Amino acid sequence: MTTVTLYALCGVILFGIGFYGVIICRHLLRKVMALNLMGTGVFLILIALARRTPGDRPDPVPHAMVLTGIVVAVSATALALALLRRLHRETEIGDLPHDAK
Amino acid sequence: MTLNQFLPLLVVFSSLIPGCIIFLLGEERRIARTVLNFVGAICMIFFVSLMLWGVHRNHVYEVRYPLIDGVDFALHADPFSLLFVTLSAILWLCTTIYAIGYLEDSPNRARFFGFFSICVSASAGIALSANLLTFLIFYEILTLTTYPLVVHRGTPEALRGGRIYLAYTISGGAVLLLAIVWLRSLVGPIDFTEGGLLAESVNGNRTTFRWIFGLLIAGFGVKAALVPLHGWLPESMVAPAPVSALLHAVAVVKAGAFGIVRVVYDVFGVEFCSQLGVTTGLAVAASITIIYGSLRAVYQDDLKRRLAYSTISQVSYIALGTAIAGPLATTGGIVHLVHQGLMKITLFFAAGNLAETLGVYKVSKLNGVAHRMPWTMLAFTIGAMGMIGMPPMAGFISKWYLGSGALEAGQPWVSLVLVASTIMNAIYLLPIVYSAWFKEPDGPWPHDHNHGKFETHLFLLIPPLLTASLTVLVAVFAETSISPLNWARFIVSREYQP
Amino acid sequence: MSFELTILGLILVPLAAGIAAFIVTRFAAILAVATALLQSLFAFRLAGYVLSNGPLRYKIGGWGAPLGIDLYVDGLSALMVIMTALVGLAVATYSTSYFAIPEHGREHRSNVDIFWPLFLILWSALNALFLSADIFNLYVTLELLTLSAIALIGLAGTVKSLQAALRYLLIAMSASLFYLLGVALLYSVYGTVDWELLGAQMQFDLPDRCAIVLICVGLLLKTALFPLHFWLPAAHANAPAPASALLSGLVLKASFYVLLRMWFDVFPYADLRAVGNLLGILGAAAIVWGSVQAIRQQHLKLLVAYSTVAQIGYLFLVFSLASEPSASWNAWNGAAYFSVSHAFAKAAAFMAAGSLVFATGSAKIDDLAGIAQQQPVTVFAFALAGVGLMGLPPSGAFLSKWLLLNASLSSGKWFFTAVILLGSLLAAIYVFRVVAKSFEAGERQPTRHVPALMQWTPLVLALLSIGLGIVATRPLELLKIGAPVAIEKTP
Repeated sequence: MTTVTLYALCGVILFGIGFYGVIICRHLLRKVMALNLMGTGVFLILIALARRTPGDRPDPVPHAMVLTGIVVAVSATALALALLRRLHRETEIGDLPHDAK
Repeated sequence: MTLNQFLPLLVVFSSLIPGCIIFLLGEERRIARTVLNFVGAICMIFFVSLMLWGVHRNHVYEVRYPLIDGVDFALHADPFSLLFVTLSAILWLCTTIYAIGYLEDSPNRARFFGFFSICVSASAGIALSANLLTFLIFYEILTLTTYPLVVHRGTPEALRGGRIYLAYTISGGAVLLLAIVWLRSLVGPIDFTEGGLLAESVNGNRTTFRWIFGLLIAGFGVKAALVPLHGWLPESMVAPAPVSALLHAVAVVKAGAFGIVRVVYDVFGVEFCSQLGVTTGLAVAASITIIYGSLRAVYQDDLKRRLAYSTISQVSYIALGTAIAGPLATTGGIVHLVHQGLMKITLFFAAGNLAETLGVYKVSKLNGVAHRMPWTMLAFTIGAMGMIGMPPMAGFISKWYLGSGALEAGQPWVSLVLVASTIMNAIYLLPIVYSAWFKEPDGPWPHDHNHGKFETHLFLLIPPLLTASLTVLVAVFAETSISPLNWARFIVSREYQP
Repeated sequence: MSFELTILGLILVPLAAGIAAFIVTRFAAILAVATALLQSLFAFRLAGYVLSNGPLRYKIGGWGAPLGIDLYVDGLSALMVIMTALVGLAVATYSTSYFAIPEHGREHRSNVDIFWPLFLILWSALNALFLSADIFNLYVTLELLTLSAIALIGLAGTVKSLQAALRYLLIAMSASLFYLLGVALLYSVYGTVDWELLGAQMQFDLPDRCAIVLICVGLLLKTALFPLHFWLPAAHANAPAPASALLSGLVLKASFYVLLRMWFDVFPYADLRAVGNLLGILGAAAIVWGSVQAIRQQHLKLLVAYSTVAQIGYLFLVFSLASEPSASWNAWNGAAYFSVSHAFAKAAAFMAAGSLVFATGSAKIDDLAGIAQQQPVTVFAFALAGVGLMGLPPSGAFLSKWLLLNASLSSGKWFFTAVILLGSLLAAIYVFRVVAKSFEAGERQPTRHVPALMQWTPLVLALLSIGLGIVATRPLELLKIGAPVAIEKTP
């Protein structure tokens, strides 16, 4: 097993754990963290993919993608936390009801 | 002759534009609204007469506009479409007069007249459609714009009537859409052509075409109130009288009947229909409707419901005439489109007068009503006699042609249907006439509105008398060149061209 | 004005205006309306370029792939940009009035201040998405779109809207990551993210299949295809009316557009018949389920939101219908045109619903009894939009359904024929439930005065959705330009 495959597998596992968390966790903060974990999984895979070109120099495109992805993830997390705080202030609870309409 | 070409479009617009302006004018501008209505109606009659004159001289009026590749919106004027559009235009004028009198001082008149005008343009559009898609477009517009008129009063009964009306007609529209798309996917774009044009393009699977025919008839049958698709018509009688008169006696049901004739003659072609063996089915369905409608009418005490069942029965004369493959019967069916419209609108006008002036809705409360409203009841009597088929009234001509057409086509059982229906017509109409003229009133009328010099508002009185006299005139002058009968012969001669 | 300026202006002008609106809040509304007018001009110019030159490609800064960003425009994307411009213009006009009403904003001044920048940035993201030439840019623009959409949902600041926004955030963000993973896989195999290049190389082996599944799952979640629609009704019903119009009319179309692109341009050679049929069946289920739910709703905006669930189903029929070569042309055009006419009708319906809710001060359908007399224009607008949703002639949706019906009949898929017709009937039931209620007679409390712009904008938009059925030849001509190779053979 090459390093690339190892990293990629690790990324896939992280993605899976993260997705599981988004679905299963009840508390919203945990859900947001799980979401970030999913993102990290994808980024790890992308970084591993940078080795796909022969030679020592890594492919710069996946790196650029990861950077973009991180920016998106940070903004999304910030927005999520802002909404979460607002919701917490209004309701004092940190999870979503099951039949919200 | 560019203007000539656009005449069909002008006919549609002559009521569409007033309708739209009436919405924008708002409730208070009564005089402007009335003027608009009359200008529209008169323009329509004018344009239609221009086309009548032109078509007689073999001018072609056609407007064509592509919607998507190979699918055209097309209007044209042929003799048959002019027959229907003339009827609509003349009766629109009458009904407008009537509606102005009828709705005096009631709320939401702007809405009423706006939708009313658009309904008329929809039925003009139906008449002038050159292909099934255009027909469908106007057919659905007619459905949608009639709805606000049916629920105009907003009472629970009106809303219920509206709901039933929509349930039937929108389903009918969906069936129609299916049939049209199916037909088109099999044979490509087709325009209405005299004599029909499917016969050449069909090879092979006849069962499919039987299905399509069935679906088309079912789709049109809803509006034509063929049993068992007639349920909406009696329920829609909650609408104000002008709506029942023009739309449910003329525009809507006739649109259905008109569609059936178009399908049989101008799409499938009558010979191809006979080959498929579908005409017998249509004839049987029409006969059942005629008998069933008449039977039910006998048992209705509500005057408008009785007339509604009578409509169900009478409109199927048209389908029956269509289904009997023969020039005479077809003439009878087609001319009945006009005759039935004239007679039935007279009856509805009269019924509306009784309800509006005296508050009388039931047949059993009509005793002696002719003493109070002789002119109204005179019109009613003429209409009723015509329905039964007494000479010299319009109904006689239609029945005569239908009966002799059936014999000519070797289907004598149809005459039995006609006789049975005539007897029942007499049973449900004559007692009304008798008790109105010859019985003594039971007491004071429920809501007697005194309208001064005349027995009722003048605007309510003129239209029924007008249509009643037309009922007599079209029969008396049936052999002249401008009569509906002669025009129907003209149509038939072109349909049966070798 | 050159092509370069037009295509860049479509993305940069709303972006700049959004930032400006954030800083200079006083002139935000004027700025937005001016931008909207300019955008409509740009959008039609762009379509003009496409009509005269065919599909066009523009390398930003002259860098070119893989590091630079390419923009690409063909008939489909130009049509989507026009749709966005017109619906956006209507929403901007409506919002000037809507947010001037104290209870919609003045009390929470911050909500109004934030609406305009969000709206403009959302617009910029939409245009950028429709003009992207590679699947990674599609990811970035999808994210931009989603982030502004989330904020729009939470704009009302009520508990329900915050919950809906958070739920949408979690779903949409996970969905994006699925999509990104799929993109990563494709890049690892082919070393490119340009969808034209990808389409030419796809092999349909295991990594490709995985990528297809990941991308589809992500996009289905975002487009809210049944049974992944659970987040939609709450999100669309609790947002302020103009935001609902944007979300239902445009935002969903963006992810559908991506899927349509992927399916016909990137995956055309893959044998996806089974997946396509599955999507078609889910679409059919969405039509039935969404309509039935819409019929059962007590709240006006929820009814409209469930109607979106149903209407989205029609779009997905294309994936099953187009697998038959004889039907693919009709199916593809039908779906593309349906998404445009639905955008108009649904935005009009949501805006009319917003006006009705404001007029009565209640969100319940039962409280609309007799409102037709006092709010004739708005009720008429709602009814007309309803005609557009039912797909009755001569609306744009009618022509789309005509095309879809043609496709279903010529491919022999009777099941879909039945569902398309059934969907129209069910739509008639939920639309006329509202309309009939508004005709009910009886005494009712006088309603509040609705500003003229809030009455007439929905009406104009609804009329446009009807008008789409009359002017269809031009848009369909536009769609032919750059239409996928896989379907172009069978006009």
